[in-house]
Amino acid sequence: MAVWARHAARWGCLLSTARAAAELPRRLGVAACPARACPEPARRAVLPAGREAALCGLQGHRRLSARTCSPPDCAKDAAFSAPESNLPSVQQEQAKPEILPDLNAKILDEDWDDIPPSSALEVISEEEAVQIIAEPLLPIQSSTLRDYVDHSETLTKLVHLGVDLSQVEKRQKAGQLLLTLDFEKDVKKILLFLKDVGVEDNQLGPFLTKNPYILGEDLEALETRVAYLKSKKFGKSEIAQMVSRAPYLLLFSVERLDNRLGFFKNELGLSVKKTKDLVIRLPRLLTGKIEPVKENLQVFNSKLLRIRERHMFLVFLGRAQYDPAQPSYISLDQLVSLPDEVFCTEIAKASMQDFENFLKTL
Amino acid sequence: MAAPGLAGLFAVYKPAGVAWSRVREALETRLLRELNAAPQRAPRQQVRFLPRPAPEGGGAVELVAASVPVLADHPLVRGPRFRKLKIGAGHRLDVKASGVFVLGIGHGNKLLTDLYNCHLTKVYTVGGLFGKATDDFSDTGNLIEKTTFDHITREKLERILAVIQGTNQKALLMYSNIDMKTQEAYELAVKGLIRPMGKSPPIITAIRCLQFALPEFQLEIHCLHETQQYLRKVVHEIGLELKSSAVCTQVRRTRDGVFTVDDALPRTQWNLQSIQEAIRNCQLKVQTELEKTLAAHEENSPLHQLDGTQLSMLCRSLREQHNTAESCQRGDGQQKERG
Repeated sequence: MAVWARHAARWGCLLSTARAAAELPRRLGVAACPARACPEPARRAVLPAGREAALCGLQGHRRLSARTCSPPDCAKDAAFSAPESNLPSVQQEQAKPEILPDLNAKILDEDWDDIPPSSALEVISEEEAVQIIAEPLLPIQSSTLRDYVDHSETLTKLVHLGVDLSQVEKRQKAGQLLLTLDFEKDVKKILLFLKDVGVEDNQLGPFLTKNPYILGEDLEALETRVAYLKSKKFGKSEIAQMVSRAPYLLLFSVERLDNRLGFFKNELGLSVKKTKDLVIRLPRLLTGKIEPVKENLQVFNSKLLRIRERHMFLVFLGRAQYDPAQPSYISLDQLVSLPDEVFCTEIAKASMQDFENFLKTL
Repeated sequence: MAAPGLAGLFAVYKPAGVAWSRVREALETRLLRELNAAPQRAPRQQVRFLPRPAPEGGGAVELVAASVPVLADHPLVRGPRFRKLKIGAGHRLDVKASGVFVLGIGHGNKLLTDLYNCHLTKVYTVGGLFGKATDDFSDTGNLIEKTTFDHITREKLERILAVIQGTNQKALLMYSNIDMKTQEAYELAVKGLIRPMGKSPPIITAIRCLQFALPEFQLEIHCLHETQQYLRKVVHEIGLELKSSAVCTQVRRTRDGVFTVDDALPRTQWNLQSIQEAIRNCQLKVQTELEKTLAAHEENSPLHQLDGTQLSMLCRSLREQHNTAESCQRGDGQQKERG
């Protein structure tokens, strides 16, 4: 399973000494500026420098930054303090009475002379007590997305779309990618693009489960690839079908797609039209390994055993008539694709029990 | 997570042409699919304050407490509840053979080892064909020679079978480490419990001819510690003894200890419900057999552990002690008489 390290700049401070902890607000100030630098963790508390930083394993006091997209927490914060930007207001927060919700938390005030000590046993007013949110900290590293899904807007929206996160987290780096993306900025654009291409709404979930990496792709590159396919005279519905069946298709660059199509045309000697037909029906040929691919007939899909049993049963009953000219002819289709009960009653004209007893004599 | 209450032994009918490991995996996949399809427990709820447009209007939002499910418990995030099942296999069957194949789930795997230590016999139906000899003794191997077989009659075959049974009987007695001259040995033989309770080469306890229609024939073999290839070799050797040659066309196990063909589940019944029922039905049988075998062999264990010579020496020494005791008494008596 993948293990993701949170951005060290943000979380490494938690484990470091008090000095580094004192630098925390400054580093947060720097880190918060770039747009894509962990917008999700930015929702998390800016811990007031000092003692909370040392309490990494324990219940931490969490105050939420105004950068969050989550309105309730925003609104709460607005009521509580004025965190228009958490960063410069660190001094301000330090000046406020330090209210620790967990009375068992230890206070290491010996080392930090610049922070006014306060006692955990200080009496606080009811309003202040109610406005404190105390939740356990998110783990820095985790092998599963379960720990982050409730706190990450991207992950929440993806789950509502139908993406199976338990499968995604098994892929390499896919989970890390999803955590670092921002729904409004990146994911939305790509989802709209996929809808334009023709992927159905209810298919988006399974599509993203199989190919989460597409959310990290550049939108222009994706559009170029679709334009390339259109230039090869693939119709819109055909492209939609291909993309739905082979989710990895749009990850391939234009040269790679070109090579693959060229391979099929040259090596297998198919005409342009036949290549197109083949690729539309089985787009996974393009995404799979380049080895000679045999036609995938439904009949021989390792159901050989089943066919053999049914045939022997018919022979045993004397009903194995495969000549179309004769009466009571049994077609290959009927032999193969009918479910067991129907086969027994209609074709073999025997009961399920007889069939099972016969199976036990083979 | 362990499977809920699904534990015990059951038998399936393995079809010919698949490896036993495939059968085990197919069963595991099927059971996992059915177990995961069962409704999972509802996710935990948590109270969050969600925004709602204020009733006054004007764009203000007010917070409303709402109980929303925790997404960490959502099935798409948590994944399937069961990912693996511990299914163990009993006496294995090779690819070409078919028949009763015992499997254990969960705690039943411990019973598998106990059953293995009981050393119960297995019964096979072996089909053979005269006139050919191949390199792997079966009809799908490379042909080595072809012979005539018109001279073979049922009596000749049965005579050979009797010889085989006799030699195997001697081996049985030897490997079961019991001195034949003791009363315990007689009692065990009466109950039919003389068996090698440790490692031994393959032993055939009974062999007879079910059908005979030249060039085909069918045998029923009761055996211990065998492999299916050994049985094919036996068929080949029968052919040689009859001054012809034979290949084995079919090896089918009809009984493995207490599990018979009737208990075995055919492929159409490899689902959760039938397996649970099969486990329930076989539980009693397995229990009684285990108790019977382990009890019988525990009673006789002190004597059982001695081999033949040690046993007779013990008997002799006991007899000598008895004699000296008697002679002492007589001596005293004589002394008394004298004195």
